[in-house]
Amino acid sequence: MKKFTKLGAVSALSLIIGASTAFAENIKIAFIDPLSGPFASTGTNGLHQFEFAADYMINDKGGVLGGTNFEIVAFDNKISPKESLIQLQVAIDQGIRYIAQGNSSGVANALTEAIKKHNKRNPDDRVLFLNYAAVDPALTNDKCNFWHFRFDANADIKMDALTDVIAADEGIKKVYVIGQDYSFGKAVSAAANKFLGEKRADIEIVGDELHPIGKVKDFTPYARKIVASGADAVVTGNWGADMLGLGKSVIENGFEGPIYTYYAAGSGITGAFGASGKDRIRLISQGDVNPINSDEARATYDAFRAKYPEGNIDQSRIFNVIGMLGEAITAAGTADDVIPVAKALEGMKYQSIWGGEVFMRPQDHQLIQDMHVGVHTDENIDFDYDNSGYGVYTESTVKMASMDSATTCKMKRP
Amino acid sequence: MDLILVNLIDGLVTGLLLFMLSAGLTLIFSMMGVLNFAHASFYMLGAYFAYQISIALGFWMGLLIAPLIVGVIGAGVERYGLRRVHQYGHVPELIFTFGLALLIEEMVQFIWGKNTMPYSVPEVLNFTAFSVGANSIPAYKIFMIFTSVAIFIGLLFVLNKTRVGMIIQAALSYPRTVEALGHNVPLIFMGVFGVGTALAGVAGVIAGPVLSTFPGMAFVLGSIVFVTIVIGGLGSLWGALVASLLIGWITTFAKSYNIQMSDILNGVGIATPENLSDSVLRDLWTVTSPQIADILPYILMVLILIFRPAGLFGKRES
Repeated sequence: MKKFTKLGAVSALSLIIGASTAFAENIKIAFIDPLSGPFASTGTNGLHQFEFAADYMINDKGGVLGGTNFEIVAFDNKISPKESLIQLQVAIDQGIRYIAQGNSSGVANALTEAIKKHNKRNPDDRVLFLNYAAVDPALTNDKCNFWHFRFDANADIKMDALTDVIAADEGIKKVYVIGQDYSFGKAVSAAANKFLGEKRADIEIVGDELHPIGKVKDFTPYARKIVASGADAVVTGNWGADMLGLGKSVIENGFEGPIYTYYAAGSGITGAFGASGKDRIRLISQGDVNPINSDEARATYDAFRAKYPEGNIDQSRIFNVIGMLGEAITAAGTADDVIPVAKALEGMKYQSIWGGEVFMRPQDHQLIQDMHVGVHTDENIDFDYDNSGYGVYTESTVKMASMDSATTCKMKRP
Repeated sequence: MDLILVNLIDGLVTGLLLFMLSAGLTLIFSMMGVLNFAHASFYMLGAYFAYQISIALGFWMGLLIAPLIVGVIGAGVERYGLRRVHQYGHVPELIFTFGLALLIEEMVQFIWGKNTMPYSVPEVLNFTAFSVGANSIPAYKIFMIFTSVAIFIGLLFVLNKTRVGMIIQAALSYPRTVEALGHNVPLIFMGVFGVGTALAGVAGVIAGPVLSTFPGMAFVLGSIVFVTIVIGGLGSLWGALVASLLIGWITTFAKSYNIQMSDILNGVGIATPENLSDSVLRDLWTVTSPQIADILPYILMVLILIFRPAGLFGKRES
């Protein structure tokens, strides 16, 4: 028995050593997002897209810097800022230099602050923060720093494009704004009030409220309030289970108008809405897959489907993150020193495989890109979500949205 | 006025759903003295099983079969899990059910993935039953109300009017005596556990389409169920009903009306501080009722524990 244990220990040890030498060369990207709890599906789908993008765009094409591969290392933060900081430390201790996170601006605010401090105190193992989805405008304004790069459009840019569509609809006189009670929900509400006020002073905001994030079991009472307010349209930044719960409840309980959203697609949401949301749910996003823009994009999506038959590319910006990081590392000639990589990312112009050129604005590290408003439908869909036959069809596009928007960012560069 | 009526109906639906969960939990507690942490997980299993069955055989077969499967699994858990752990005392039992809850969540994620399942209301019930003002009441909600009321009446009848119910009630208070009279008490325990979990399964089957079927659905309901049975009085069926309805209505009304804390405080004669943004009590002054709706049941529980520790209908001695 004892001998057996010893044998086991030795073989386990040799496995560990073998594994660590095999992967020692990889450029690791820590993926810190919820992989359990109410937002697990959003986090897991993001992880799959990261893993696929790293393999498809970098590793299968020979890697970067003469054969170095990308490796995505997943950390579950349970959507808690506190847990995220612990996972960040674990990632840094493992020698990881690139941190990707996106779900919840609350988490992103905590991470960007911690990374700023860490990089100041530990010049030898600095890290970069690749924010692929947290859209609180503060992250590229008052709280901006050199180490943070945002690849999604911020809440203001999105709302600017979304309110163009709302403003064009003469039938909308009353709007109800509802969101999750944290920095992002508040940012959406502020942006909606600001842009609607500028573009259509005659639109009345009949409701503006926040609900607890991830804790509401039944949205019926909120739906009742929305109906009672006489609103013609609902605007929400909700995501994950909160989006689905709100949307279903609003439709079931008698609301007739359109619902303007940021994230009402993929991760089971499109499938669950199905016919009930047709032509009523609109969403603003940076990537459009219907109609698909190029054969390259079609091939990419087909390859993704082959690997994840149940999956969706609902966050196509993740491919921009991987592609741009690859180009920046190639340009910098190193992956270990993040300063030249960050300098290469700043001001980078990149041709997205989903179509359109994107531009990393150097003054605030906000990616400027085309924004699309799409509708939930089953007509003319090239790539549906959740294998439901339903998908998001692009109705209007704003080229290089908010290219010249102001920023309060005063970035200190090393 | 319209809104009050609509909220009464919505609160009733929420409350009755909660009742189906807490009824089983409170029965199990009064019998075995153990809080089943995995109870909400059986509710989730009900929803997932029903979804799976509904794909092949339709919603109604799901409603029929899924709770049975959940009940059999529940009985199996009691027979081969809890009964063995029972001899080591209550703490191991608690830990066992807690572990079971985690296990079920992982299993569900393993089999069905983390996405929300497209489990939806059956076509026959997918219409508006009636409207109050502009608010429509879906027919499915009426169906939910009737199902839960039917289950409550059925339970009450079985417990109070039938021989089986008498034996169960006797076994609740004097298990040794009942055993000495020749009844198989462990079998009764297993049966109660099975029926309790099957009830949770029913709740899952009918709640799945409206509250969405996803791996976090047990988590969001988990703690509120315990609050319900503590408020109602551990082991009391009527208590569970009253507490469920109370919680349903409190949270529904608190969410539907934007009552400002500042209005309440002004109403009782406390003036709003001059510089609200600098005040340390700023958060208290700016609170609205929808924001705190979900913690109101917990506040109620604390008050009940202070002033009536046995719960509203509890009969705890000592």
